Amino acid sequence: MTTISTHTTILIRERTGGEKSSPPEGVSTGAKHRNANLGDAAFKIVTQIFAFLVFALVFVMAFEMYRGSEDSIKKFGWSFLTNTVWDPVKDEYGALVFIFGTMVSSLLALFLALPLSVGVAIFLSELAPRWLERPVSFVIELLAAIPSIVYGLWGIFVLVPWLRTSVEPALVKNLGFLPFFEGPPYGFGMLAAGIVLAIMVIPIITSISRDVLRAIPMAQREAALALGATRWETTKIVLSDGKSGLLGATLLGLGRAVGETMAVTMVIGNRPEISASLFAPGYTMASVIANEFAEATSELYTSSLIELALLLFVITVLLNGVARIIVWSTTKKFKTV
Amino acid sequence: MRMPNSKRYYWRKSKNIVMTVLCLLSVLIAVIPLFLIFSYALSQGIGALNLDFFTKMPKPVGESGGGMANALVGTAILIGLGSLFGLPISIFTGIYLAEYGENPFAKTVRFLTDVLSGIPSIVVGVVAYIMVVLPMKQFSAFAGGVALGILMIPTATRTTEEMIRLVPHSFREAALALGIPRWRVTLRIVLPTALKGITTGILLAIARAAGETAPLLFTALGNRFWSTDIGHPIASLTVFIYDYAKAPFEDWNRQAWAAAFVLIFFIFIINLIFRFVTRGRYAGNGH
Repeated sequence: MTTISTHTTILIRERTGGEKSSPPEGVSTGAKHRNANLGDAAFKIVTQIFAFLVFALVFVMAFEMYRGSEDSIKKFGWSFLTNTVWDPVKDEYGALVFIFGTMVSSLLALFLALPLSVGVAIFLSELAPRWLERPVSFVIELLAAIPSIVYGLWGIFVLVPWLRTSVEPALVKNLGFLPFFEGPPYGFGMLAAGIVLAIMVIPIITSISRDVLRAIPMAQREAALALGATRWETTKIVLSDGKSGLLGATLLGLGRAVGETMAVTMVIGNRPEISASLFAPGYTMASVIANEFAEATSELYTSSLIELALLLFVITVLLNGVARIIVWSTTKKFKTV
Repeated sequence: MRMPNSKRYYWRKSKNIVMTVLCLLSVLIAVIPLFLIFSYALSQGIGALNLDFFTKMPKPVGESGGGMANALVGTAILIGLGSLFGLPISIFTGIYLAEYGENPFAKTVRFLTDVLSGIPSIVVGVVAYIMVVLPMKQFSAFAGGVALGILMIPTATRTTEEMIRLVPHSFREAALALGIPRWRVTLRIVLPTALKGITTGILLAIARAAGETAPLLFTALGNRFWSTDIGHPIASLTVFIYDYAKAPFEDWNRQAWAAAFVLIFFIFIINLIFRFVTRGRYAGNGH
């Protein structure tokens, strides 16, 4: 690239040097020059205005939701977050049940997805030969491209019946003494939601973890291998170098799980209850918005649902913001080395 | 050849093998759902997929047969509206980020598009409801289009930027050296060169929008009848899948699978095209 640019400058110098008196056709005269500058400035400003629209969009979204939820914020204040009652008939709304459902289903999903994702990422960046790595990456990407609603459909017709007839009875039989595996096996419930979410966040955590691991300099691996470390011992060193990047990937996965709506709504059972058992139906913030928003009758009802959306917005913006900064700074750190 | 401490050596060796096997196993487990979903959609969907599905209207509750012609058109209209709202912003922002993207403002915008991509689609639906449905006092295709447009922005912007950045610098330099002003270089040289990549990136954003359900639930709402009026509720494939999946009629469940199959097929094809178009370029760039 640099050689080409020096080449062109030489060319330009030769040309202008040779024909000082009469500039060749097409080269800008004074007036044209000013025009070009004007065009440049205008073009930059136009594109910048569009970029500003994107910038503004995030704040407009936050502001509109804040305005929409003002009724509920004024009426309930902070108790909105700690109240477990959600009763449209008495017009009293508290979000704790949904916050609980979102937290439990997302954390369960992370618990299931994280080891698998890191395993796949290690495979892709450290172990796989190139001919195998490309198709596997592609398949993982496809997993991310499948719409949420299709996961939900699969959850209803395949996963839930399977959980109800095989997995949950087996868990009760063997691990029934734990409070997590108590109660009748409905199939629909936290466990189903956690599994579907896990499948959905695997592609995200995997692809970002893979990028993080790849950004770690080859020299680290070579040094470890030269000292006689095995492949796995080398990988452990690479993993500890990429620790914070992997944390970022995890947070991004968590952000996705927290906001996931359709698939969860279809398999979680949609009952506003707090239960220690993973077999029990639950309800998440996103699901209650999906189910009740179009039918919300009173203004306070709508306002409370909008406050839930605002809450989701704040949580996901924070998770994504922090995660992106972490991932950026780690991949950048290793790139400049 | 034996190491002095051979017991420890074998321990390390076997640990290495165990961990390698575990990695392979996790690849297998992670990939299984894709094949399960695909094969199930294929076996269930193909049966219900016939000409009626594409040409007929939905039958009244409880009756078998019929199709989703209105939902196919509805989804097309929603995607069209979404593209109309989302793509101009995305493309110009992408150009800005690629060509003038090293100042603090551009960095903030880039960061915000990343953050925007993490915002749940249901939240975007709520925003579209507040901004469009409430003032118009009417659920409408227009509102659904606004929601989908916002959801397209992150993908479309970032791929536009990436594709423009892949255009070799020598192209710009050669054009600038001929005295062409910078904005014309961008429009006439850089954009056409990156066009193929940008187009497929946009297709990718469209594919993503086509699969969205949550933001349509209370914007476009859904409609069992024929409607192409953007001021009124409109049907969409995804909302149909949702309704039909919950319904207790077997024929409806099968039609839900057929719709899911159509959707998956569409999305896979676009992903394949994207993969194919960008293959050579990323290869030279990365590892």
